[in-house]
Amino acid sequence: MSKQTENLIKIQHSLKRRNRSEARFRWYGRLAVFIGLAAVATLFFDIIGKGHGAFKATYIKLEVHYDQALIDIDNLTDTEQMIAGNWQALPKVALREKFPNVSGRSDKRRLNNLLSSGAGFDLKDRLVANPHLLGRKESIWILADDDIDTYFKSWLAGDAYAARLSSKQVQWIEGLHQQGLIELQFNINLFTRGDSREPEQAGIRGAVMGSLLTLVLTLMLSFPIGVAAAIYLEEFAPKNKWTDFIEVNINNLAAVPSIIFGLLGLAIFINFFHVPRSVPIVGGLVLTLMTLPTIIITSRAAIKSVPPSIREAALGMGASKVQMVLHHVLPLALPGMLTGAIIGMAQALGETAPLLMIGMVAFIVDIPGSFTDPATVLPVQIFLWADSPERAFIEKTSAAIMVLLTFLIIMNTSAVWLRKRLERRW
Amino acid sequence: MQATNILILLIGFGTVAFYLGRGRSLAIAGPLGGIRKLHSLPSYYGMHVALWCALPSVAILGLWMIFDDPIINSLVIGSVAADIIPIDTASYNLLLNKVSNLADGILPRTGLSDSLLDAADHMQSLQLISQWALTALSFVLSTMGLFWGWSKISAEFRARPVVERVIQNLLLASACVAIFTTLGIVLSVLFESIQFFRSVPIYDFVFGLDWSPQTAIREDQVGSSGSFGAVPLFVGTLLVSAVAMVIAVPVGLMSAIYLAEYASKNVRNFAKPALEVLAGIPTVVYGFFAALTVAPFLRDLGNSFGVSVSSESALAAGGVMGIMIIPFISSLADDVITAVPQSMRDGSLAMGATQSETIRRVVIPAALPGIVGGIMLAVSRAIGETMIVVMAAGMAANLTANPLDSVTTVTVQIVTLLTGDQEFDSPKTLAAFALGLMLFMVTLMLNIFALHIVKKYREQYE
Repeated sequence: MSKQTENLIKIQHSLKRRNRSEARFRWYGRLAVFIGLAAVATLFFDIIGKGHGAFKATYIKLEVHYDQALIDIDNLTDTEQMIAGNWQALPKVALREKFPNVSGRSDKRRLNNLLSSGAGFDLKDRLVANPHLLGRKESIWILADDDIDTYFKSWLAGDAYAARLSSKQVQWIEGLHQQGLIELQFNINLFTRGDSREPEQAGIRGAVMGSLLTLVLTLMLSFPIGVAAAIYLEEFAPKNKWTDFIEVNINNLAAVPSIIFGLLGLAIFINFFHVPRSVPIVGGLVLTLMTLPTIIITSRAAIKSVPPSIREAALGMGASKVQMVLHHVLPLALPGMLTGAIIGMAQALGETAPLLMIGMVAFIVDIPGSFTDPATVLPVQIFLWADSPERAFIEKTSAAIMVLLTFLIIMNTSAVWLRKRLERRW
Repeated sequence: MQATNILILLIGFGTVAFYLGRGRSLAIAGPLGGIRKLHSLPSYYGMHVALWCALPSVAILGLWMIFDDPIINSLVIGSVAADIIPIDTASYNLLLNKVSNLADGILPRTGLSDSLLDAADHMQSLQLISQWALTALSFVLSTMGLFWGWSKISAEFRARPVVERVIQNLLLASACVAIFTTLGIVLSVLFESIQFFRSVPIYDFVFGLDWSPQTAIREDQVGSSGSFGAVPLFVGTLLVSAVAMVIAVPVGLMSAIYLAEYASKNVRNFAKPALEVLAGIPTVVYGFFAALTVAPFLRDLGNSFGVSVSSESALAAGGVMGIMIIPFISSLADDVITAVPQSMRDGSLAMGATQSETIRRVVIPAALPGIVGGIMLAVSRAIGETMIVVMAAGMAANLTANPLDSVTTVTVQIVTLLTGDQEFDSPKTLAAFALGLMLFMVTLMLNIFALHIVKKYREQYE
C-alpha cells in the first residue's frame, strides 16, 4: 500500500470520531443556550407565580354602624376628638354582630383577628371623607388580616395553608364564604400606601416615590456632567498623559463594585459634608457618581459616530470649535446620549447595595414628598420585605419585584426603540 | 435666605444679565452699521455678562455651604460656658448635636441648663448672620459682576473667546469629576482603614483566622472577642465566586460560541436579547430568587439524598450569581469571537478541519486573551457582588471550602457592619472600610489588568 492510501484509511477511520465530536460540541452549545434561557424562564415564572396573588387582597363585608357614642365623638372637625376616638371598636362591634354566638376572651380575640389591625382607621378615613355617615349604618368591604388573606387565597387554590389559624377561624371564613361575604378584590393598598409592619397594609407607593425622587436627582446631575465630560474627552482633550489618566479612571470606575460607592457616600457625603442620612439627595449623589461612567462611555460612542465631515463643514463655514460642537455635533449625538442615559437610569433604579450604606434602608411609613424627606427606594423595599418573617410578605415582595421589573422593561425597551427610531446611518 | 432660593434667584439674574448684555451690544452695533461691525455675535456679549453675573456668586455659594457649618460649630463650641466644655470627641459630638437640635427647635427648651440654652441662642444668631451675609454677598457680587461685564462691552471687545474658554473649562471640570470620584474612594477607604489599623494590626487583619467583629462593651462580656481576622471572609468570597465561575464560564462561553458560530440568524436574534435580559435584572431580585427558591430547593434536594445542605449554602448564592454573570461573559466572549478574522476560519476549514476543530484549535486560541480578560472582569464582578450574598449567604464566618456549608463574604460583612445607626470611630465600623479597601484594591487590579489585555487584543486584529 502506498503512503497516500494509508493516510486516506487513517482519515476515514478517524472521520467518524471527529464527526461525533463535532455533533457533541454542537449539543454542548445548544445546552448552554438552553440553560441560559431556562434560567430566564424559571426566574420569571417563579417571581410571577409567587407574586401575582398580591395584586388581590381579601376583603370581608360587614355591616358597620358609625355610632357616635361608641366612637366617643360628636364633632368630626375636632382633631383632638378624632385622635382620641375609639376607632378600633367599629370593626369589633360589627364583627360581634355578625357572629353573636362567639364568647370567651380568646375566641373574641380570634374573631377580631379576622380583620386587619388598621381596619378601624380605614373606617375613620372613610367617615372623614363622608361626614354624613356619622350615626348611620352601611355595608362595607373591610380589609382582612394577612393570615386570613394567605389562608383564603391558598384555600381558593385548593391547597389550604392554615398553620397560623385556629379551627374556629377557618369555620368562620367558610361560613362567610358561603354567604358571599368574603372575596378577593383588587389590592389598591399596594399602590397607594407606604411601608407597614402589617403585610396587608403595606404598599410600595413610598418606595416608588423615593425611587422617583432619587432618579430625578441622579438624572439632573449625571446627564449634564456626563455629556460635558464626554464632549471634552472626544472633542477638546489634548492627547497627553492627563487625558489618558482620566480615561483609565472612567473605565475603571465603571467596573468598581457598587458597594464601594456606598462607602464613598458614607465617608464623604454623610460624615464629611454632613448631608443628612436616608434622604433622596444623598442617594441621588451616590447614584450619580455610580452611573456617570456608563453615561460618559455611551455618550462618547454617540459623539464618535457623528461623521467628521459634519465637523469639517462647520469649521469650514467659519464656526469656532465650541460652536461646531454645540450647534452640530451635540444635536446629532443626542439620541445616542439619551439612550445611554436611559440605560444608566435603569441601572440606578435597580441598584441596592450602595443605598444600604447611606441609610436608605430605614423603615419609613410616610410617603416622601421632597428631596429632603427620609425615603427608601423600590429595590431596598424589596430587600426589606424579603427579610420579613411574615409569610404574606413573600407575595408582596414578588409583587414589588414585578413592578420593578416592569419599570425596567419599559425603560430598556424605550431605549431600544429610541435607538432604532432616531439612529441615523451616515 | 435659603441657599436653593439664592441659586434660583441667581439663575434669574443671569438671564436678565444675558438680555442686558445682548441689548447693549445691539445698541452699540446699530450706529456702526449692524452686528457685522461687532467682534462677536450679540449673544456672546450677553453670555459674557451673564457669566460675570452668576459664576462668582455660585462659586461663593458652594464654598459657603461647605464651610459655614464647621465654622459656626467651632465658634459655638469654642465659646460655651465653662460647665459644659466637652472633654473628648464623644462628648463634643453629643454637645454639638444637642445645641444644633435646640437651635433648630427640634428639642424642647424646657428643663435644660442656661449654658446650653445660651449656646443654642448663640448658634441661632450665628446661623442667621451667616444666611444674611451670604445673601448680601451674593447680591453684591452678582451686581458688581453685571456692571463689570456690561461696561466692558464694546465693538472691539472679544467676547467669544472669553465665553468659549469658560465653556471649555466647565467641560474639563466635568471630566475631572471621574478623577475626584476615584480620589474620593481612595481617600475615604484609606483614611478610615489607617484609623482601623491603628487599633488592629494589619498583620492580624490580613492573616487572622478568626472573624467576630462584636467588640465587648464591658470587660467581662462573653462571646464578644472583637477579633478581626479576615481570612474566613476572603475564603468565603473566593468560594462563592468560584461556584459562580464554574457555572458562568462554561455556559457563557459555550452559548457565545454557539450563537456566534452555529446558530441561524433567527435563533441568534431571539436568544441573544433573551440572554441579555439576565444582565438587566437587579441583583436584589437574584438575591430573593436565591434565598427563597434556590436555597430551599437545594436543601430539600440534599436532604432527599441524605446530604446535609445549609439553607444559606455557598452553592445557592454562588449558583445564582453564576446565572447573573452568564450574559456578562457571553457578550464579552461574543465580541472577541466575532472579532477573529474570517480568513483564519476559512484557512482552517480549507485544511479539512471540522467546524468544532476550527473553533477549538483556531478561533479560541486567537480569541483567548480577550476571553481571559472577560473572565477576569467577571471575577471582579463576582467578588464585588453584594445583594445576592447578603440575602442568600450566611453571616457566620466559617473557614471552609465546602460549598454546601454556609460562608460569609467581604461584601456581606461590609453591609452588616455598616447598616443602621453606628458610631463612626469604633473598630467595628472602621473594619468595614478596611474590608472595602481590600475589595477595592483587588477589583481594581483585576480590572486594570483585564482592560489592558482586552485593549491589547483588540489592537491585534484592527
